[in-house]
Amino acid sequence: MYLATTGRRDAPSPSATGGGGRRVPGVVLALGAVSLVTDISSEMVTAVLPLYLVLGLGLSPLQFGFLDGLFNGVTALVRLLGGRAADRGGRHKRIAGLGYLLSAASRLGLLLAGGAASGIAAALATDRLGKGIRTAPRDALISLSGPPETLGRAFGVHRAMDTTGALLGPLAAFAVLWATADAYDAVFVVSFCVGLLGVLLLVLYVPGGAEPVAPRAPAPPARAALGDRAFRRVLYAAALLGAATIGDSFVYLLLQRGLDIPLDWFPLLPLGAAAGYLVLAVPAGRIADRVGRRLPFLWGHAALLAVYVLLLTHATSPLLLVPVLALLGVFYAATDGVLMALAGPALPVRGRAGGLALLQTAQAVARLAGAAGFGAAWTAWGERQALWVAAAALLLALAGATALLPAEVERRDSAPLEGSSPKGQHP
Amino acid sequence: MNQPPAPLSARRRLAVVVVAVLVLAGGSLGYVLHARDRDGAQQAVADASFTLSAPGLYFRDTATGRVARRPLGTPGPRAAGGPSCERFYAAGGTALCLRRLAGLPVRTQALVLDRRLREVRRVTVPGIPNRARVSPSGRLLAWTAFAVGDSYATSGFSTRTSVLDLRTGYLIKSIEGIPLTVDGSRYHAPDVNFWGVTFADDDRFYATVSTRGHTFLVAGDLKTWSARALRRNVECPSLSPDGTRVAFKKRVTSGPDAPWRLYVLELSTLREHPLAEPQSVDDQAAWLPDGRVAYALPAHSGRPAGIWSVPGDGTGAPELLAAGATSPSPVG
Repeated sequence: MYLATTGRRDAPSPSATGGGGRRVPGVVLALGAVSLVTDISSEMVTAVLPLYLVLGLGLSPLQFGFLDGLFNGVTALVRLLGGRAADRGGRHKRIAGLGYLLSAASRLGLLLAGGAASGIAAALATDRLGKGIRTAPRDALISLSGPPETLGRAFGVHRAMDTTGALLGPLAAFAVLWATADAYDAVFVVSFCVGLLGVLLLVLYVPGGAEPVAPRAPAPPARAALGDRAFRRVLYAAALLGAATIGDSFVYLLLQRGLDIPLDWFPLLPLGAAAGYLVLAVPAGRIADRVGRRLPFLWGHAALLAVYVLLLTHATSPLLLVPVLALLGVFYAATDGVLMALAGPALPVRGRAGGLALLQTAQAVARLAGAAGFGAAWTAWGERQALWVAAAALLLALAGATALLPAEVERRDSAPLEGSSPKGQHP
Repeated sequence: MNQPPAPLSARRRLAVVVVAVLVLAGGSLGYVLHARDRDGAQQAVADASFTLSAPGLYFRDTATGRVARRPLGTPGPRAAGGPSCERFYAAGGTALCLRRLAGLPVRTQALVLDRRLREVRRVTVPGIPNRARVSPSGRLLAWTAFAVGDSYATSGFSTRTSVLDLRTGYLIKSIEGIPLTVDGSRYHAPDVNFWGVTFADDDRFYATVSTRGHTFLVAGDLKTWSARALRRNVECPSLSPDGTRVAFKKRVTSGPDAPWRLYVLELSTLREHPLAEPQSVDDQAAWLPDGRVAYALPAHSGRPAGIWSVPGDGTGAPELLAAGATSPSPVG
């Protein structure tokens, strides 16, 4: 029995088909709202940061690129720490909250740093630290929010709300810049206020303060998750596919060059893919709940393969734009949250955040390697050859992942944390 | 993160959220309005008393964002009151003022001004203002803007260099298309970037080309519409008034810390020597009539930010010409 469903008057008993019709747990909606608000806050800053550093502070683009790359690498490692800390004593909410708070506070750091490069570096590091820490505990909370049969939809709803925030953030930032004639500090102040609101929503509406059952038993270290065969296979499959992923920026760049899209419009390409993700996240999650997560995850990567093929065969056709962006949306919708829903039930409750962190880190590192490899192949052989190689690699990875991914992930003790009991679920 | 001492009722929680939204939204709005009032509108036009007629070192005053001037050679009072520009250069009775337009996408407005700093022409291009130059006669103008998001590294920047011919009114929006020769053969690459033009006369120019991780000094000719790479590792060239030497940024380390030093290249022998500035310089230098080279530096190790100068022959030591200033442009 799942505690999250037993206490609800309107909750039917979990059925094998899962999915359809039932309401999304309150904790998922609450976390979705937190993510939405937080993403508005963080994307506001992301959207204006390159401009601020280069225009406002006169940093050279070289220095900016260096800072940016440096901190992106740090996130992956911090994530593992966040997951581990959350598992210890079931402190998911506290660790996630700390992450949200750190990111919000980093905006004040940007404001106070003025022009000092060291201060800006510290603020950026704080932001990435916060992002790294909070991701795994948050996904663990979602995956513990209800019965495994509905996790696909739960993650779909969360990711759709998250993406909504990511789309609104740049708009908010540009509105502030427009209203103040480019006062970057005003963007940071507004972002800080929005970020604080996110933290407040988390504190008020996300349950998880209660200690889980048997709080004194030590949480298994993240690598213990590797002892589970089903989880190990999911991890390997995700890493394999990740390594055959070329990175969105390359896809956008290939589109821009193939179609000769004016540079002013270039930043709109990712928005197109994000809109696709937004629309498809919930349906993809529901389908995943119905047919199992394995197939959508594989088909999502097949959509990416279709993107490569389209770029290879119709590189200069203007009709390419919509299907490529839509397929990218399908790729994200069918893989991002679905992977968490696929792996979550394979992990024990008390090691879930750590296990998910391990999976996310492995996938991120593999994708980084894939993008770097594609960049090198592009430089060495030219874009078409590199794309052929990427397509072949993805096809192979798909075959490998099909063999690797378990047909049905064995369920571990999937009881949610006590804190996600219905008491705290109505917003 | 602390938990609230006791669980709040749904009504209480909603009340807390509403109050928080009001406070935070009020604070945001207040700050936005404050920021809006604080930054007065850009002073687009120069004061009537401020023209190019007075000789001196013209520059952008960092505090006001407006162009100012001080006497060349001898120390003297600053005259303020020029137009607001992010980058400024003047020669031959023509001034080029680059200004960034507010809002997004990022756009640069290139204002062509006459001797009395009245607007002659304006051109808007995408990107961030970066370099500006005017030919000695004042008839040709070139500027470079950084474009964001053009390269496959998401945080990468690339450059777009435009040339405007005031004789014909013809604008070359990007000179990337000019046929380029490297090591004796015609060079084709998709990642060719031009920046930092410096004019020899009304046809010939020097500039930086970057491609596949290398930078080249190129000599170009607008009349024959061709360009030729002369030497590797030369950025932001600045041609001496007699046309024999080029001051430039040379990359001396590959990391982001202190990557560039100022050098001077003898064009006849292609021999180069470092200048006496120990700091990394990320600027297109300008030659002064006395053979010194002026450039902007940020504040570093006790030295104030501003326009500094060193002798062009590698001797001497850096000397502060104008504190809190960028965009040096001598006007004789």
